[in-house]
Amino acid sequence: MNYGFTEEQLMIQEICDKIGKEKIVPVREKYDETGDFPWDIVKILSESDIFGVYLPEEYGGMGGGCLDMCIATETLSKYCGGIALAFAATGLGTYPLLLYGSEQQKKKYLPDIASGKKLAAFGLTESNAGSDVGGIQTTAVKKGDYYILNGTKQWITNGGEAEIYSVIASTNKAKGARGLSAFIVEKGTEGFSFGKKENKMGIRASVTRELVFEDCKIPKENILGREGAGFMVSMKTFDKSRPGVAAQALGIAQGALDEAVKFSRQRIQFEKPIASFQGVQFMLADMATKVEAARTLVYQAAREVDLGSKNISKISAMAKMYASDVAMEVTTDAVQILGGSGYMKEYPVEKMMRDAKITQIYEGTNQIQRGIIAMNLIKEGASLE
Amino acid sequence: MNIVVCIKQVPDTTEVRIDPKTNTLIREGVASIINPFDLYAIEEGVRLKEKFGGKVTVISMGPKQVENALREAISLGADEAVLMSDRAFAGSDTLATSLALSEGIRKTGFDVIICGKQAIDGDTAQVGPGIAAHLDIPQITYVKKIESINDGKILAERMVEEGYEVVESTLPVLITVVKEINEPRLPSLKGKMKAKKTEIKIITSEDLGIDKTKIGLDGSPTWVMKIFTPPKKEGGKIFEGSTEEVVAKLVSELQDNLI
Amino acid sequence: MGIEIEIEKCVGCGACIKACPYNAISMRDKIAYIDEEKCTLCGACVESCKFDAIIMRVHHEDAVRDLTAYKNVWVVAEQKKGEIQSVSYELLGAGRKLADDRNSKLGAVLIGKEIHKQAEKLIKRGADKVYVAEHKDLEYFNDESYSRILANLIRKEKPEIVLTGATAIGRALIPRVAVQIKTGLTADCTSLAVDPDSGLLLQTRPAFGGNIMATILCRDYRPQMATVRHKVMKEIEPDPSRKGDIITVKPTETDLKSRTRVLKLVEEIESTLNIAEADIIVSGGRGLKGPENFHLIEELAKAFGGAVGASRAAVDAGWIPYSHQVGQTGKTVCPKMYIACGISGAIQHKVGMQSSDCIIAINKDPNAPIFEIATYGVVGDVVEVLPKLTDAVKKILKK
Repeated sequence: MNYGFTEEQLMIQEICDKIGKEKIVPVREKYDETGDFPWDIVKILSESDIFGVYLPEEYGGMGGGCLDMCIATETLSKYCGGIALAFAATGLGTYPLLLYGSEQQKKKYLPDIASGKKLAAFGLTESNAGSDVGGIQTTAVKKGDYYILNGTKQWITNGGEAEIYSVIASTNKAKGARGLSAFIVEKGTEGFSFGKKENKMGIRASVTRELVFEDCKIPKENILGREGAGFMVSMKTFDKSRPGVAAQALGIAQGALDEAVKFSRQRIQFEKPIASFQGVQFMLADMATKVEAARTLVYQAAREVDLGSKNISKISAMAKMYASDVAMEVTTDAVQILGGSGYMKEYPVEKMMRDAKITQIYEGTNQIQRGIIAMNLIKEGASLE
Repeated sequence: MNIVVCIKQVPDTTEVRIDPKTNTLIREGVASIINPFDLYAIEEGVRLKEKFGGKVTVISMGPKQVENALREAISLGADEAVLMSDRAFAGSDTLATSLALSEGIRKTGFDVIICGKQAIDGDTAQVGPGIAAHLDIPQITYVKKIESINDGKILAERMVEEGYEVVESTLPVLITVVKEINEPRLPSLKGKMKAKKTEIKIITSEDLGIDKTKIGLDGSPTWVMKIFTPPKKEGGKIFEGSTEEVVAKLVSELQDNLI
Repeated sequence: MGIEIEIEKCVGCGACIKACPYNAISMRDKIAYIDEEKCTLCGACVESCKFDAIIMRVHHEDAVRDLTAYKNVWVVAEQKKGEIQSVSYELLGAGRKLADDRNSKLGAVLIGKEIHKQAEKLIKRGADKVYVAEHKDLEYFNDESYSRILANLIRKEKPEIVLTGATAIGRALIPRVAVQIKTGLTADCTSLAVDPDSGLLLQTRPAFGGNIMATILCRDYRPQMATVRHKVMKEIEPDPSRKGDIITVKPTETDLKSRTRVLKLVEEIESTLNIAEADIIVSGGRGLKGPENFHLIEELAKAFGGAVGASRAAVDAGWIPYSHQVGQTGKTVCPKMYIACGISGAIQHKVGMQSSDCIIAINKDPNAPIFEIATYGVVGDVVEVLPKLTDAVKKILKK
């Protein structure tokens, strides 16, 4: 299929596919089992320049955009959605810096991220603030040349392994969401520690931890944008990062579809490959069509981001919501087609099914996505009157 | 340090199948790849460059399409690529090939020449030592580790049947490498983009001023008289059934005939 | 030089298209057309043409003028630590037959330190003449000095045929010699015979990863040189009554010069038998499903007192070290019994073991190609079959 990729995008796809096939497939089961962080794969990704695909050339990146990032995420996720997340979550942690960072901040942090020397993470969620960002309890109090951070962030992807964190904290509790601000916090800063590693259902090759701030003193120049811009930073970040989550879901779905096709051609029942039975054929046809529809939506959302379109919230939310719902359906069907084998750890589809679930939940649950889509529809409707 | 890596583009022989009806090679869909052992040679060359400085030149002999293999080598870290392409080289056996390559390498300049231990299509392992002989330089074959290079000397471990030997040689030297020597890196995006732009230097027999009677078919003492598919060996007795049954049948056959 | 289609003779039957391994031939106006860009002049099509319409012209400018000056068959003996290696006896077996067919003598070359006592052994195993080059500097194989000594000796004595083992030593040594004396060399021959008409050596070897066989000739240069893998030819039995000549060769100072030297040999002792020497080999492949099942192979091998082998798939997956790999890119083996467990039998594997006396294949897939060459085939899951088979073998062998 020709998706109109540039030569560079085709190269990204080719490289990630090679990494997936040759390096990720042999280790994905092990990482899923142990939950260890896949540093060996991260090293390969950084040597292959993948961490810089969406970052500008002046900061050591390859000069691509959101679509480049989505292609990398999708292709890697085809082989392991968990391992791919080390890359994708770094993107999420980097977008606030890319969007709102000063020239100085970008020069300081982006080259190391682009080269893969340092990973990034985004710290927003708390025990009482997930979908409702206004509930954030972590505070940042200005004291002279510093901000003092206190509070705990929950379920942070890449937590503990990343070096650079974009953290959302309240600088003015009275203002609620409008009183939030975004900060860069480096690992190793005094008063900044990590909680226990979470034991997850899926994406187990990815690490999820608490970020704990106890009188954590950070230089005032580490603020992203201005005080009170935190909500905006978060929302704009999500607008741009959602196609990435969608791409992860898409990759997982494609991987499951590939496994289902392969298995159904090989598995013999009633002296025929099960692929020759219409019941299986119809399932495969539906799965493939959904995956292709999701792909079109994901690429379109990424392209809108790269075109600098003004309102990308709706299409981003659509891509994330649809691709992740498809991932859940397709992986579930893949397990069904593989039958007993699909339920066993010997085959990768049960893992894909577990991995798929999170894509419906994080970076805004699919209920929140539907809310965003509806809100935008209503707004658009109103503007027509 | 001038590092020269010799590579060969080969059909992926693990993909080659025989058509059971016509008993001929099925060629469709068989990809051309860099000889797998040469990937280790490229990686070792790039590692030497990273350690000692200098440049890595990849060289190959063959038709125009070998450019793809050379570009892939660039994407894996090589700096320059030379393609010896000329109808006059066609039909070269290992003697003529090693002569032609040695002349190409002489033009490039060299301190260390690295080859894969053998190519998977021919499996001769003759071209590496042949090049060394034509250039009259020492060789270390089947190298699994380069221990050191300094003061114009190389110390390397050569695999032999019972283990390995530690061999010392003066430079310049030709080594052939086995897959134990390293783990080749994957291509990088920057490397791939560089590979796209890199100009592949084409060398003809005339550029080398080489005597045409010494290369190609005329320069090759050996030639293929005939090619045939290996005769099928007759299959023997096949046992099917439950595990207990088949084991019992096999064991009774073994008892009667072998043990 | 080159290849041509004789248009008057070509009937457009298309046989050459199938024969070409490089897809270089097509039909144009019902006549074969060769694409020069793709053609490698391998010659495969020439023989395929029933109408002699494809002509390959070779002109060897510096061919040997007087071929009759070259006589006798030579074998390059291999020694390690002063002991002659068994591959030498295999070569003597092949060489003896060729020498008899050519009505000539069989010579052997032995290079080493204080090695002359070993020369008798080569005579007992069929050599008529043994050339012994001795010097303290020749204790270990050395690419440069060994090749120089051998090349000089060949120039002087003019053998017609020279055979060498395709071992680590042989493969390093003989290509250097071939270049020094400018003659042809064919690697890894699986069959050597004398063409009754021309008297030329027919050197047959696998090509394209063992998918096809090629017979190679060296018509205009001498000697005709070939290497043979260990265990491909059968060892010749010693005959204590045989007599022969031992000729001492004195290496010169120049002969002994070398820019390389071996500092030490590190022997890597393996817990299991070396597969190249074993009489019984039990080999495991992908069908074992995982490294945790490889012990099943080891247990059966132990029950038989045999060695453990593996397919490339099992080695690539990291289940067992490369030294156990059987096949094209691993070792060639020729045991009395080879048991292939969960190995499908890709051609690359088959070429490494198909000359075993008895092949037993255990595989789940009844259509696996391994069954085509198996003496006994068992259709079943290796993971289930192996433990039961091991128990049965233990019981029988205990008696």
